[in-house]
Amino acid sequence: MILQKGEPAPDFELNATPDQKLKLSEFRGKRVVLAFYPADWSPVCSDQMALYNETLKLFHRYNAVIMGISVDSKWCHMAFEQNRKLHFPLLADFEPKGSVSKAYGAYNEEGGESHRALFVIDEKGIIQWSYLSPDGINPGADGILDALEQMDKTQLN
Amino acid sequence: MSKLRIPVNEKDHQTGNPKAKAVLVEYGDYQCPHCGIAHPLIKRLLKEFGNQMLFVFRNFPIQEAHPAAMIAAISAEAAGLQGKFWEMHDLIYENQDELYELGEDGMEPFAKKLGLDLKKFIHDSQSKQMNSKVEDDFEGGIRSGVNGTPGFFINGNRLNSYDATYASLADAVVGLV
Repeated sequence: MILQKGEPAPDFELNATPDQKLKLSEFRGKRVVLAFYPADWSPVCSDQMALYNETLKLFHRYNAVIMGISVDSKWCHMAFEQNRKLHFPLLADFEPKGSVSKAYGAYNEEGGESHRALFVIDEKGIIQWSYLSPDGINPGADGILDALEQMDKTQLN
Repeated sequence: MSKLRIPVNEKDHQTGNPKAKAVLVEYGDYQCPHCGIAHPLIKRLLKEFGNQMLFVFRNFPIQEAHPAAMIAAISAEAAGLQGKFWEMHDLIYENQDELYELGEDGMEPFAKKLGLDLKKFIHDSQSKQMNSKVEDDFEGGIRSGVNGTPGFFINGNRLNSYDATYASLADAVVGLV
């Protein structure tokens, strides 16, 4: 089962580019959307990442950044990002393979890929929403935006 | 099942019978080949069921993948201000390939073909309102769970059975009329 609302998001440090690593805990004070997905280049994922690329402005409105995560290597991610003109980081859960995906309960042992799972993490590093989508279905962005909106409402009250 | 969050309203481009029992909403991208495939299917649907259904088109441009999607969407909106939204909508989908070869004059050749007031068209195409209309459509689509184009809703419910065939659209409409 994937990690659920209320659980702390396990910290990690992964390559975002061949020479740059990103550490989750460096994003305290911001909201972070983690989008685990099976693989670069496969059609559904591509649509999902292309969709998030267009939705960045809406995520930013809620003080959120988004990162994609798959077991593909940093070089594969770089080529994929350039090809699809993506404007957000793709993290390489490459070595040890799938270790971050496993920590979030989003690893498919059989296929050796991440599941298609979404996590919305608050400013303090606590998971506020998570969702496991069937691997072949692009989950869209409505669940993420609903969760972010709900977090705004909760803060106001 | 995903629901349409923004009900059909007076800002929408609508065609068919406003009092019909079946209301089909499409979230579409003018440069998306799959929307290009859907276009003649919808034309046929409207020809056969036009008096029993209402069709609404909303913009959902995937801009990085389709560099001309936004300017095309704005052009259709701008043509709408001259009463020719559907004419421009059809013209673009029927000449989708041309979107890959736009010159410096952008969408002006399309406007000329429709005999639009060119000065007004250019002015409107650059206006903030037209840009916001397209962006608002997109945001409403995202919030309704649109995850790619074309994204169809029939009477407010996401149409998951669409498979790029005429039958999959017609079945959804026939069930309601």
